[in-house]
Parts: sequence; C-alpha cells; structure tokens
Amino acid sequence: MSRAGLHLSGVACARGGRLLFRGVDLAMEPGGSALLKGPNGIGKSSLMRICAGLLRATAGTVDRHGRIALADERLALDMEQPLEAALRFWTRLDAVASDALDAAIAAMALEPLRQVPVRMLSTGQRKRAALARVIASGAPIWLLDEPGNGLDEAALDLLGTAVAGHLAKGGIVVAASHQPLPLATPVIVAMQDHAWAEEEA
Amino acid sequence: MTILLTLAARDLRQSWQSAGLWLPVAFLLLVASLYPFAVGPDAALLQRSGGGMLWIAALLASLLPVDRLVAPDRDAGVLDQIALRGIGEETVILARLIAHWLGFGPALMIATLPAAALLKLDGATIGLLEAGLLIGTPALAALGLLVATLTAGLRSSGALAGLLALPLAVPLLIFGAGTLGDGSGAALKFLGAASLLLVAITPFAGGAAIRAGRE
Repeated sequence: MSRAGLHLSGVACARGGRLLFRGVDLAMEPGGSALLKGPNGIGKSSLMRICAGLLRATAGTVDRHGRIALADERLALDMEQPLEAALRFWTRLDAVASDALDAAIAAMALEPLRQVPVRMLSTGQRKRAALARVIASGAPIWLLDEPGNGLDEAALDLLGTAVAGHLAKGGIVVAASHQPLPLATPVIVAMQDHAWAEEEA
Repeated sequence: MTILLTLAARDLRQSWQSAGLWLPVAFLLLVASLYPFAVGPDAALLQRSGGGMLWIAALLASLLPVDRLVAPDRDAGVLDQIALRGIGEETVILARLIAHWLGFGPALMIATLPAAALLKLDGATIGLLEAGLLIGTPALAALGLLVATLTAGLRSSGALAGLLALPLAVPLLIFGAGTLGDGSGAALKFLGAASLLLVAITPFAGGAAIRAGRE
C-alpha cells in the first residue's frame, strides 16, 4: 500500500450562495491527526465532506492518498437488521477479512449487542456502531465528525484507544469535535480564522 | 460483480422488509376487482377493455414504491458511505434496478392472472398481456427508479414523481396496451425498444441525479 496522505491547499467552500470559509490548508502525513474547531455552522462538516470527496471544494485543491472512512451524524445502518449483519454489509463492500469486524466490535465493546436490531440501540450505542464500521473498514484515513457525541466516559476511552492504535499504525485521523478528544498532538484547524467576514466583501 | 450482487441483495431484502413488494400487487388486484363495479358486469365490454385497464393499473402500481426507493438511503447516509468506498453511483442504481424489478415485476405478472380472471379475459389476451408485462415491467421499474433519484430530497416527492413519470410512461402504455389488439407483433417490438432505452439510460441518469443531489 502506498503512503497515506491528505493535503488541502487554499480550500474554500460556498453553500447555497454563501461563502462559508476559505484558505484552509492542511497537510496530513501518516500518523498525523487534526482537530477542526469552531462554532456551529462555520462549515466543519462541509470541510469533512470535502476531505471525503463527497463535496467539491469551491476553490483550492484536495489531494488524497488512501481510502477514506467517515463517521458523521448519519448512521447508514439498516434499522431492521441485527447490528452484526448491518455492519457486515459494509465490511463485505470493503472486502476486508471477517475478523476485522470482530476486532472492531470488540474495540467498541459491542459484543453483547451483536444480535440486537439497530433500531433498538441507544444514541451512544449507535455512535459506537458507526465508529466500529470505521475501525473495521481498514481505511488509512479516518474522518470523524463529532465522534464523542453521546458517548459515555468508558466509550470515550475506547475511542481514544482506537484512535491511538490507528495513529500508531501510520493512519491519519481528522476529527471535528466540541468535546475534548483523546488525540495526542493534533494539528488544530481553527475554522473561525478562515471564515468569510462580511466587511471584507 | 460481487459488489453489484451485495448491493442488489441488500436492496431486495430492504424492499421485502418495507412491504414495498406487496403494495403494487394489492393495488393491481384492487383495481381489477373495482373495475367491473364501475363499468358493469357486461362480459364483452370487460373483455375488450380489461387488458388496457390492467396496463394502466400496472403503470400506476409501479409508482407506489417510488418514495421508498432512494430517499431513505440518501437521508440515512447509505449512498454517501457507498460512494466513499469508490463504488460508482451507476453501479448503485443498476443494483437497485435489478432488485426493484425482481421484487416487483414477477409479482405483478403473477397478480395479473387472477386480475385477468376477474375481467373475463381469454387465454390469448392473457398470453399477450403477460408477454407485454415481461418486456414492459423492467421499463416501469427503471422509470420509477429514475424519478425516485430525481425527486429524492424534495418535499412532497411522491406527487412530483407521478407528474414526472406519467408523461415518460406514455410510450410504454401505448405499445404495451397496443400489443393486445395487434396480431403482427410490431407493438411488442416497439415496447421492447422503449423498455431497452429506459433500462439503459436509468443507471447513468440516476447516477448523475444522485451526484448532483450531493451539492
């Protein structure tokens, strides 16, 4: 596998005719982590989607090397399916070995919930399920949008362990969060510095 | 190929669980049993008009599951997660088309048998009707899927889907119902051509619609 990398230069984003931010630069190398900070509505999730390639940057360039795994506020698991089967659909598309899913389920302490339908899970359990999909995917670049939402302290510790393990293996983590996340030495991207100020217009 | 099968298997299971399979069948049977009440029990009249009426019913039945074909997966982030894995939207739509037709085409063709009996259709007409539906239901499935991708994310998408689909369905209806009174088989060929066209463009047009909907 070639080296993972995520490079943004001069990225701007306009949604609905309004410029959200501009001039965002980010250079992520293997083992690097970044934390997006800023008030609500500043465009953290949009930047995540630009990093993921789901949204085109209005200006600037995005350079990705390596597969992407994204955990955002949408669960994308089939509600009627048992948790394990719902996650297995994604690992099948990822074409990873089945013990990768077992390891991910163990890493997020979802063992007792394997056979529980996804619709019965609580908010925190659903978030853990989405994180388990990210872990199981084997993708080198993790994009975590508010990964700590709804997680209790024990689950936050699990998240910290998983992220640390991923970084130690040469992975990349980009997270947006209001909560303190257990990232060791993240690059801080303060989005308010890039916000489009009206007076400049 | 494995990806296509994985996606199609999931789509088929989803439509099975959401009861999207039984709705078109129940609708077709309901219309067929109401029709004689409306026009009277005159066997000759039912026989003459019943086949065309069943085509209209099949067309409208194909619009029933439209709001559940794409929009829930779009809202739940499933389509985005699939795109992250480098799988093209065309593949997603093609898999969904296969699953949608498997769930709805054969069921509609089977439901046509009791419906035809209710309308006193003769054996030759039933044969033509089933042959026409075999060729035409993939096109109906494709059309339903196409308008589902176009209207996903819009409010009152169900009503809009009907308005979008019905003009496009006119050729299918003309050639489909045309097969019943046509001994030469030309209408069947035209139906096949219209069906091929719709099935061929749906993955590309639907894929483009999903990509455009992300912006």
